[in-house]
Amino acid sequence: MAKSPELEHPNKAFGWAARDTSGLLSPFNFSRRATGEKDVTFKVLFCGICHSDLHMVKNEWGSSIYPLIPGHEIVGVVTEVGSKVQNFKVGDKVGVGCMVGACHSCDNCDNHLENYCPKMILTYGAKYYDGTITYGGYSDTMVSDEHFVVRIPDNLPLDAGAPLLCAGITVYSPLRFYGLDKPGMHVGVVGLGGLGHVAVKFAKAMGVKVTVISTSPNKKKEALEHLGADSFLVSKDQDQVQAAQGTMDGIIDTVSAQHPLLPLIGLLKTQGKLVMVGAPEKPLELPVFPLLMGRKLVGGSGIGGMKETQEMIDFAAKHNITADIEVIPIDYVNTAMERLLKTDVRYRFVIDIGNTLKSSN
Amino acid sequence: MAKSPEEEHPQKAFGWAARDSSGLLSPFHFSRRETGDGDVTIKILYCGVCHSDLHNVKNEWGFTMYPIVPGHEIVGTVTKTGKNVKKFKVGDRVGVGVIVESCKRCESCQQDLENYCPQTILTYNSYSQDGAKTYGGYSDIVVVDEHYVLRFPENLPPDAGAPLLCAGITVYSPMKYYGITEPGKHLGVAGLGGLGHVAVKIGKAFGLKVTVISTSLKKEEEAINKLGADSFLVSSDPAKMKAAINTMDYIIDTVSAVHPLGPLLSLLKLNGKLINVGLPEKPLELPIFPLAMGRKLVGGSDIGGIKETQEMLDFCAKHGITADIELIKMGDINTAMERLAKSDVKYRFVIDVANSLSQ
Repeated sequence: MAKSPELEHPNKAFGWAARDTSGLLSPFNFSRRATGEKDVTFKVLFCGICHSDLHMVKNEWGSSIYPLIPGHEIVGVVTEVGSKVQNFKVGDKVGVGCMVGACHSCDNCDNHLENYCPKMILTYGAKYYDGTITYGGYSDTMVSDEHFVVRIPDNLPLDAGAPLLCAGITVYSPLRFYGLDKPGMHVGVVGLGGLGHVAVKFAKAMGVKVTVISTSPNKKKEALEHLGADSFLVSKDQDQVQAAQGTMDGIIDTVSAQHPLLPLIGLLKTQGKLVMVGAPEKPLELPVFPLLMGRKLVGGSGIGGMKETQEMIDFAAKHNITADIEVIPIDYVNTAMERLLKTDVRYRFVIDIGNTLKSSN
Repeated sequence: MAKSPEEEHPQKAFGWAARDSSGLLSPFHFSRRETGDGDVTIKILYCGVCHSDLHNVKNEWGFTMYPIVPGHEIVGTVTKTGKNVKKFKVGDRVGVGVIVESCKRCESCQQDLENYCPQTILTYNSYSQDGAKTYGGYSDIVVVDEHYVLRFPENLPPDAGAPLLCAGITVYSPMKYYGITEPGKHLGVAGLGGLGHVAVKIGKAFGLKVTVISTSLKKEEEAINKLGADSFLVSSDPAKMKAAINTMDYIIDTVSAVHPLGPLLSLLKLNGKLINVGLPEKPLELPIFPLAMGRKLVGGSDIGGIKETQEMLDFCAKHGITADIELIKMGDINTAMERLAKSDVKYRFVIDVANSLSQ
């Protein structure tokens, strides 16, 4: 008979979990495995709320296993390391993102692309090597194989740095892979939320000219003055879209709602690239003529491998890039989820786990 | 008052044109410009029948200007050259493809990508810089700026080689651009028509493993035994499609009917590329999850520049690649168009212009 979450593993743990598709989170006692020889155990200080967490607590993708503790933008301080751990020691500031396991023997793993490994294990809601279900960062401690832990440089604030572990790598990886990182290029960013605002910051740090493309005119001031975008385009304004035809080398599209691709393809120069990092549930319509007539492409990208995640964190530290966040106590989390659904946040909620997640035990 | 097509220009010409969206072609007298200083005049020997010709005569894309003389897979012989012409002399075997002019100044033109110049003039159904409408290769002669004329290799048969001028470059260009040339890699070719069958041949010449993806099982024998494909996948068979998941490095999609892209995307490996060269009338359904989960891409490509078209012809000559054709007389063109609409041709009609176009 399967053990209860509290008894599964030797070390007590406490977090907040969703129990059903209402998605409402509440206190949850569970347990973490003992620190294995390659594991790093850390006290969680902050955890970002990613829109994926909202999809998962409500089982919108059909893959959720309850009880579900979300959270894959996790930062904290190391409390214990296994005997074979080489890269971390007690007291180090570390983070864990979307993955905690992979096969380590396929081509993708060999090429530092663990995110594309067919046996990749997600940080929460997935089956670990020992058969138990993984629990995420809305909890007091985290245990991870050191391969999936990144070091957080001293000058990067832990709270505002946490969202980089998913949002950051999700936009950094395609900027590099699709070559949209060359100084002087012009890149559009569609959608100004958790992913979009970080994309603007990374692209600017790479020397790229950035245009934010959004349906909301009221985001313009912030995009230009606060985030440093070079220009702002209201996507429903035909005149603005027409005037910007054929001006962009690439576009990073972070929008997960259904939306038309035709206007975006028109904004691209010849040989331009539209990169999808948002995940609309239903297929979108791809107009083929304009793709052909300009030798353009539509590509996708999903997070990034561990080597690149560390590279991204170091790049962010070097350029002082962090997310714009609203820090919340754990008991605000359900309200935060409701607000996130209405995109009422600038631009990521981060849970102050260290100070507000207290077990009643 | 605008001059009639016959009187527009000094050189008399004769061809077959469609007058309305029935798409039916019939004899048509018109004229060609005088051979300018940079021009060559070409007596047309053969002209391929491209599916675009069919779309255009019926105004399926909505921009046909009647009367329309189609044809952009032209092979012929030079009969006159302008005084500044350097590349050709009278008697040379030459080809003309899809474009006859471009601005020559923009970034695309400067990079030998005349096909992406915003001011490209097409071989037919376009307006030339001198204001005259262009007429294509279902005709006896054509006058073209030498820059846009291809040298037709001697060892390429002019009839079976004609379709390379559109079909050939249309698949060759994306294969070069998207890197679909690495020996040993696995290419899927979706659709086995004019474009598809040439893609199989060129793919094999690059040393790729080639799988034909088609809805018709009856094309399998020919695909493998005649065209040299390594395998054949029936896209309407769910079990076969499932077994082929994650096996291909690239797919060239030549299908011009509307079709969902999801099933094709699933055949691709990580970083796989799906390249569309067909021109469906309506947008296609594109699922985003698989793009992100496999870092895959869907790209487009449209013919190729002149330099690359010449490179393609030389490559085909070297590897003995021609189209599989059915030679027809000009008078049979309407029947051929009907058969083309039903994909009843293996795999390109070519009009024997010189021997059958009579006034």
